[in-house]
Order: sequence, then C-alpha cells, then structure tokens
Amino acid sequence: MTKSIQVFDPAMCCSSGVCGTEVDQQLVNFSADADWAKKNGAQIERFNLAQQPMDFANNKVVRDFLERTGQEALPLVLVDGEFALAGRYPNRSELARWAGISTIIEMQPVTGCCSGGKCC
Amino acid sequence: MRFLDQPPRFLFFTGKGGVGKTSIACATAIQLAANGKRVLLVSTDPASNVGQVFGISIGNNITAVPAVPNLAALEIDPQAAAQSYRYRIVGPVRGILPEAVVKGIEEQLSGACTTEIAAFDEFTSLLIDSPLTAEYDHIVFDTAPTGHTIRLLQLPGAWSGFLDEGKGDASCLGPLAGLEKQREQYKAAVDALADDKRTRLILVARAQQSTLREVARTHEELAGIGLKQQYLVINGILPKIEAETDGLAAAIYMREQAALNAIPEVLRSLPQDQVALKAFDLVGLDALRQLLIDTPYLACGSSNAPVELDKPSLSQLVDSIAVDGHGLVMTMGKGGVGKTTIAAAVAVELAHRGLAVHLTTSDPAAHLSDTLNGTLDNLTVSRIDPHEETERYRQHVLETKGATLDAHGRALLEEDLRSPCTEEIAVFQAFSRIIREAGKKFVVMDTAPTGHTLLLLDATGAYHREVARQMDKTNLHFTTPMMQLQDAKQTKILIVTLAEKTPVLEAANLQEDLRRAGIEPWAWVVNNSVAATKTNSALLHQRAINELVEINSVAKQYSKRYAVVPMLKDEPLGVKKLLELAGGFD
Repeated sequence: MTKSIQVFDPAMCCSSGVCGTEVDQQLVNFSADADWAKKNGAQIERFNLAQQPMDFANNKVVRDFLERTGQEALPLVLVDGEFALAGRYPNRSELARWAGISTIIEMQPVTGCCSGGKCC
Repeated sequence: MRFLDQPPRFLFFTGKGGVGKTSIACATAIQLAANGKRVLLVSTDPASNVGQVFGISIGNNITAVPAVPNLAALEIDPQAAAQSYRYRIVGPVRGILPEAVVKGIEEQLSGACTTEIAAFDEFTSLLIDSPLTAEYDHIVFDTAPTGHTIRLLQLPGAWSGFLDEGKGDASCLGPLAGLEKQREQYKAAVDALADDKRTRLILVARAQQSTLREVARTHEELAGIGLKQQYLVINGILPKIEAETDGLAAAIYMREQAALNAIPEVLRSLPQDQVALKAFDLVGLDALRQLLIDTPYLACGSSNAPVELDKPSLSQLVDSIAVDGHGLVMTMGKGGVGKTTIAAAVAVELAHRGLAVHLTTSDPAAHLSDTLNGTLDNLTVSRIDPHEETERYRQHVLETKGATLDAHGRALLEEDLRSPCTEEIAVFQAFSRIIREAGKKFVVMDTAPTGHTLLLLDATGAYHREVARQMDKTNLHFTTPMMQLQDAKQTKILIVTLAEKTPVLEAANLQEDLRRAGIEPWAWVVNNSVAATKTNSALLHQRAINELVEINSVAKQYSKRYAVVPMLKDEPLGVKKLLELAGGFD
C-alpha cells in the first residue's frame, strides 16, 4: 500500500514561487522532486493556502498546526495523515523513503542528464 | 470603416485606458444593430458607462436596450468579479482558520492576475455555444484578454494534473484554482478566440508614439498565440482644419501626423481605420452614431469664452517637496499618462533650486534621459530599460533556479515568469538599488511598485519588522523598502493622470491599491490638460470644458494636493521646456 504524502504550502501565487522578490530555490527544487516522485509512483498532493484553504480548514492536524504556530511555519508535510515535517520542504531521499521508492530508481535521471535534483 | 466590413461573430476591442475602446465598441454595436443584426454588447470598462451612454441601468444581466432595436448589453465589473471570486475561496474558511491566515489569503488573491482571470471566467460562457447567446449574430466586447491569460488557459502542461486531479500543483495557475467552469469550456473559449472565422480583434490606439509602440507589442503577443485576424483603429485624430486656426492645434496636428508616419512596422500591414477627434462627449445615441462617420466638426455655437482654470501648477507642488532637502519622489500611473515627463519636470525644478537630484527613468525612447543628462548642475540622470531588466531577470532565474528542471518543469517556470508581476519585480529590484541614495539627496523615479506587489514583497518584511523591533532596544536602525515607502517624510508618491474619465478612475484604483499597503499618495498631477492652455480652436475649447469636470473630481474627491499641467505645443524635452511645463499657465 503506497503511503500518501500531503504537502500544505503557504499562501502563494505560484507554487514555483516566482512571484516573490526572489525566486525560492526550495520551491523550484521541490516542484521538480515532487514531480519525480510522482512519476515513480508516489502519491503526493499539494495544497496552496491561497487557493485551497478549505483543505487546511477541514484537516484537524493542519488546522491545529496553524492555530498553534501560524502560517509562517508552513509548509507542513503529512504522511498518511500524520505529522512528518514542517518549516521546510522534504528532499528527494525523504520523499523516496516515505513513498517506498527504491534508491536505485532514484539515481536514474528521468529524462536527459540534468532533470534530476543535482546537475551532472 | 474597414473593421466593420463583413464582421465575424465575435469582435474584441483592446487598447489601454482612455483610448476610446468603449465608445468605439458602443458605436460598432449600434451600427451593426442598425443593419438589422442582433447584437450583444459586453463591457468590462471599470468606468462602466455603457448604461449611461444608453440612458439605462444594465449591470450583470443581459439587458435589452430599448432605444436601439436588436441591441442588448451586459456589464461585467472585473473588480466585482475578483471580489466574488475571493469570496468563494475565503468565505468558507472565515472563522475556522486564524484571522491572520485569512488576511494573507485575501492579499494573495488581490493582484492583477486574479482580476484578469476572474473577468475572463465571467465571459467564457459567452464565447461557447449556449442558449444564452444563441440569439445573437454578433457579440461585441470592449476588452480582450491579455496574452498571459490566454497562455495560461492554453498551457496543456498546466491543465493536466490540475483540473484532471483537481489539485493545484500546477505552478502559476494560481487564480485559476477556484474557477467554476470546466476545462472544456476554457478550451472552447480559447479556440473561439483563435478562430479567425469567428473572432476579430480590433486594436484601438491614439496617434501617439508611445501608444502605438504599446499596441505593436500587444499585436505581436496576441498574434503569437494565434489571434491572427487583427485590425487597427486610430482614434481621436485632430482634423487638419483645426490646425489652421490655432497654434496649439497646429502643433498637435503635426505631432500626430509624425507619429502616424513613423508607425511601427508590424502595424503597417494591418487594415487600418482612422477616427477623427470629436468635440462632443461620447454620451448618448446621437453622439455615438456620429463617431464612426466622418462628419467635419462644426463649431456648434457654444460660447468661445476662455475656460477659467485657476489651479495649482506643478512648480507649486515642488515648493513643498523641496522643503525637506532630500527624499524619494515617485510618479505613478497607467501607461501613457506621462509619468516620465512629470518625473523629469519635478527633477529639473528641484535641481533648478540648487538641490542635488538623481532622476531615474524607465523612458523607453531614452529621449528624455539623453537630452537631460549633463545639462543642469545638481542633476544626474540614469535610465533603466524595463524590457532589458525583465529579460535579464528571467534569464537569471531560468539559469540559476531553473537549472535542474526538466523540459516540462522549465516550460512551466518560463510561463510563470511571463506573468505581469515579473516585470514589476524586476524593475523594482533595479530601482531599489538607487532608492538608498534618497537619504542624502532627492531621488526622482518614474515608476513605483503597486500596493499588491509591495504587500507580497513585504511578506518577508513582516519578519524583518519583528527583528527591527527587537533591534530598536539596542538603538540599531532598520528599514525595509516598504517602511520607507509608507513614511511620507521619506517618500512622496505622485499619481499622474489625464483629465478624462477612464484615466481618472484608473488612477483612483491605483490609489486604493496603495492605501491597502499603508501608503498614502502625496499628490495627484493632471497631465496634458487642454483646459490649462489658451486655445482658439473651437474643438479643443470644447474638450477643455469637458476636462473641467474631471479636474474638479480630482480636486474634490480624490487628492489631498494636486497640480494641473498644460498640454504643450512641443514635446517637453530639455530643461527649458520642462520648466515651462511645471511653471503652469501663461
């Protein structure tokens, strides 16, 4: 059974983060990593606070988290509904571990040589 | 009129505020209806004067126009569309999520993209086959979606995994997430736009170099995404006969003809129509019926008594700015209102008083910066090219942050970087390097970030402020750009507008946007006013009388301080002309 990974993003215009003063490398990388994990069969959902606030409000773990620490502490990552990580985005190996993707596949670039998290 | 020749079902008029899109769209609808066609006129003009034009109230439902058989109209208010969009998203979580979180969401949804896409959402249903529109032969829109909106809707990568899965993990689709319609509807709407058998796009411009350049850009952008059938209408051209009676009119005539002769190459091949300037306000059926017909202007016996205008000059405003000895002055307004000229006039006035000034402009033609540089003691001039800055910023982001992305991810990032926010951010970054000088001298710039951008940029500033509060205890000073802009002692924002209805309303919207960010514009400048000149031309005289209404609403309704700047015979280039401009009327 694949574990489901849910990522609750802060309120932003674009999940690539290009709308801020500076493009957030974390966001650009995570978008690529999440895409990679999905292609390898992981179940990842992202929720943007500015676009899908209902998904935040309907989830008790998320709602309590927001009450306690405020939106500045986002992103929040839940694995199978349980708290897994907050304050930063998971890296590729964390995603792989949670989703049960074998690291051998991880090392293989999806397309071309530079599509992975690190450039060769 | 060539654009009226064998018109397809959908007619879109596009052009910046104040060029007369709505009037031409109304006149077109009237003419088509007079030819026995059943016509629906759709307006998204913020001034929303279509109802006023026909003497009825229209609003958000299709309403028959009793005075014009075969004509019905509909008004879409983009601000209201965005508001109801925000309400759909935020309403259900109010009271459930913390108040600060709800506020943050609302701000994210207050940008230009949201307004644009919410308005597009409203008129999508008019572009597809439906019982609602089946009875109309023509649907005339007084606006058109921008290239950015259309590309967002076209982007197949963006849609897959977005509407299919119903999850917004697809990059900068931002505002699309809460839209109601189905993917097929958007696709059908975009297909209709790109189909030259169904859609004609009419670019509306004035005979001004800057306006024509902007229209050329719009033309290329929209042609690039498939809207091939384009026509050009140049509105409000001063008739030659006026030039014979009056010096100012003659100068305007020469300037317009020169702009038309130098029309950008890409626009030359488009079928073109010219509409003469009319003295009358384009309100009422008779006026609109005449708009597209070339009746020579007849002095209609109205008195030719000089227009009484006793309004403060720009020079008087500068007196109050000069008192502080240093600071940041920013001019702000929609494209084409003359921000650069006003910024230059303020800078020259300040330098003329012996104060050190750095003028930074984004003047695309570079005329102004070239002619001013080194001509006056105390004045330095630098120039920032918005297109270059934006392009450099885009490339930088793609090369650094986008380096590890695959082709698909790169395409999405590239599209995100075409959003209207990007240029604003890129230019603002370039300017903010110069802002720092304002502590010692005057820095005058011809641009300012919108309130929305500031609020988004200040998301990190909130953290900085917290740090600042703690640093205060140790007597260290810390200022974010936002704090600097909010402080009227350090920063004065001048809102520039023209004495015409739509530009004044657009300026009022800008002011509201700034106020949301806690910034109070310091003054308004009404530029290019005919009322502030002495003219013998009957046509211009009538325009001057019409201007008074708008100048009074600026004075009474919108501004704390204001100035009126006259239209000059020659382009205000060089120190002498700029001082003349600021010095007021004589």
